[in-house]
Amino acid sequence: MSRPMVTYKPSDEVDFVIVGSGAAGGVLAKELSTNGFRVVVLEQGEYFREKDFTHDETKVFVQSQLTNKISTHPITFRKTPEETARKQQAVLYGSCVGGSSVHFTANFWRFHEIDFKEHSKTGDIPGANFADWPISYADLEPYYTKVEWEIGVSGLASSSPFDPPRSKPYPMPPLPVKGNGVIFERACRKLGYHAYPAPMAILSQPRAGRAACMNCGFCLGFGCEVGAKSTSLSSVIPMAERTGRCEIRPNCYVSRIETDKSGRVTGAVYFDAHRNTYLQKAKAVILSANGAETPRLLLLSASNQFPAGLANSSGYVGKNLMPNSSALAYGIFDEQLNDYKGPAVSRIMHDFYELDPKLGLYGGGGLDARFDFTPVSFALNGLPPGTPKWGAGFKQALAHNFTRTFQIFCHGTSLPVESNSFSLDPDVKDAYGLPALRMTFRDHPNDLKMMEWMQARALEILDAAGAKTRWGPPVQEQQFAVHLLGTCRMGTDPKTSVINADHRTHDVKNLFLCDGSSLVTSGRGQPTMTIQALAYRAADRITALAKRGEISA
Amino acid sequence: MNSFHPARRDFLQLLGGTAGAAWLTANWPALVSAAEHAHQATKSDHPVLEVFTADQAREVEALASCIIPSDAAAGAREAGVVYFIDRALKTFFSDTLPIYQKGLEAAQKTTAELFPGVPRFSAATDEQKLKIFTHLAEESERENSGPRRLAPGTSEDFFQTLRVHTIFGFLVDPEGGGNRDFVGWKAIGRDPSHSFSPPFGFYDKDYPGWQPVSGETEKK
Repeated sequence: MSRPMVTYKPSDEVDFVIVGSGAAGGVLAKELSTNGFRVVVLEQGEYFREKDFTHDETKVFVQSQLTNKISTHPITFRKTPEETARKQQAVLYGSCVGGSSVHFTANFWRFHEIDFKEHSKTGDIPGANFADWPISYADLEPYYTKVEWEIGVSGLASSSPFDPPRSKPYPMPPLPVKGNGVIFERACRKLGYHAYPAPMAILSQPRAGRAACMNCGFCLGFGCEVGAKSTSLSSVIPMAERTGRCEIRPNCYVSRIETDKSGRVTGAVYFDAHRNTYLQKAKAVILSANGAETPRLLLLSASNQFPAGLANSSGYVGKNLMPNSSALAYGIFDEQLNDYKGPAVSRIMHDFYELDPKLGLYGGGGLDARFDFTPVSFALNGLPPGTPKWGAGFKQALAHNFTRTFQIFCHGTSLPVESNSFSLDPDVKDAYGLPALRMTFRDHPNDLKMMEWMQARALEILDAAGAKTRWGPPVQEQQFAVHLLGTCRMGTDPKTSVINADHRTHDVKNLFLCDGSSLVTSGRGQPTMTIQALAYRAADRITALAKRGEISA
Repeated sequence: MNSFHPARRDFLQLLGGTAGAAWLTANWPALVSAAEHAHQATKSDHPVLEVFTADQAREVEALASCIIPSDAAAGAREAGVVYFIDRALKTFFSDTLPIYQKGLEAAQKTTAELFPGVPRFSAATDEQKLKIFTHLAEESERENSGPRRLAPGTSEDFFQTLRVHTIFGFLVDPEGGGNRDFVGWKAIGRDPSHSFSPPFGFYDKDYPGWQPVSGETEKK
């Protein structure tokens, strides 16, 4: 049952090799194989099935069952290019078939129209490398709809006055409201805001042979054991395999994209589980390895022909990292919410998506009411400041607060800053002898100010909600990223972007990039929906190019 | 004997009602396997120590019981935290074993300094244990608040390490080898069931359903 339905030899020149099987790679695999192409997907991590998923936090959080392992793939971090980076778990991403979509929270917002053309509206921002997208929301709208219907998104159309236009309603009603959603919604209403049912990539009803959510509460960080979370693993990858033309090949760590004398890519070199090296030959290569590993792989593929890294004539590979800004506010209430039950989020609000320019802040954000703690993570991080760390007082606080606490999560813009980047560490190597991923990042000052403003609003909402105790951890410069955006941005000018609107690299005709790295702006958080819509669109564009003979020619 | 984990069994029953027989049939063998694994991990009546000696285990249990004491509700002792830590030191937390070796020595030394004549921490009275443990915790606080502050998650401090491991052992899903019989979850009010149906709590039980803010559904 776990065997792929088709297998290719590395020496078989397939039509496409896709590196990465996550949010974008899964969609591309399904679409391209459905369109008749022979596809090999090389996935760094394992191929888990629903039966392998567990609520055991030691497996998931301590042993990184589903995510990148710094023991073999170390990461270094520094704030500025002047510093020497030190080893740090600065990046977390999915490392299994399905990628980060397997362990994500499943918040599934569309970007709004403004996200695609904000530079034109706002103008340059000091310290930011700000640009418009070469496509509009209208270009992407049909693909957002396709994601909702094919991957499976629950929600209520037109429930937010700030929502962008849509061509179809959601395919399923929203998930059940939680205590945090009810409280948040009432408080928002009191303050004149518009909370509404959260669009979530989790099935509220059985669909396409998959079970509906059983409200176990183990979403963030965990794989869904009933397949209700709409991951690439549960949705598009089975469709890709059923075409009989797509092989998902797990435990394959790609080390290099090979090129020929004419500057065209010929395939992907990878280590298998036994560290044997192979070249999977392909007519074209698509990198969907995420916003950290896609630029790293391009930089690792430097050659005499491409001395700065593959597809890097602009020098923009790895630059302009945008992890989204964030802030939190916590509240404790008199009665039991029991928010450990059900998906993390049931209500969000977008009243602050476009902030009043008079505030002097760029961008905006969205707020959601959530409880994404497990019992262990709550005990470690969920109690108010000043709570005893041990003894009877600690135990009493746990017993009282675990069922009575929720958070408001403020998600917001990250401005693109050229020095914020992924690059190759000159000193640290991974277990395969390859240069480690190095992250350089310091938040644009606007983003920190905006998050402080946003957190103040979240605390006001908790006051309006009647929270018995509420607090907000200080907004700090980020040193940890899970949204890996903008590092091979899309654009029309080959001097200031890496790919064009078809996701084709400006420099190499048969090399395409599609994942978080393609984004030009960061939206207001929750990028997976947009990454998948881009992937559906990219598949259409790439299919058209291939059918016109413009890739292999 | 029914080898099913009770919460898993409830989950299977509920699933049968909501997801349909086809899904259940297709996934039944896998779920049985998972349930049996969970059962083995959590239901051993005679857990065996693989890393700690009996003496060390007694001290670790006494120390962990200061972090999550037993009262009307179960504490670290009843949750089998010491067995969780023992297994963790053999496997995924093995790099912290030296911290335990040094930490147990330090606890012994502090006990002897504060209460000469008390042979070991576990032999102290509850009042004495409180004083000794307070001393250990304050020492840790001092060491972690100054310029030498250790990076989060890499603490070599015994108190911090023991605290994190005790919390894991008390509250981890029993598949992880702690939280015996779900006593940790019960102590914090978490229903051990594997799946739930709304309403979930006090605030959503009378929720009338989402309604737009009156007169404000138009695009702003």
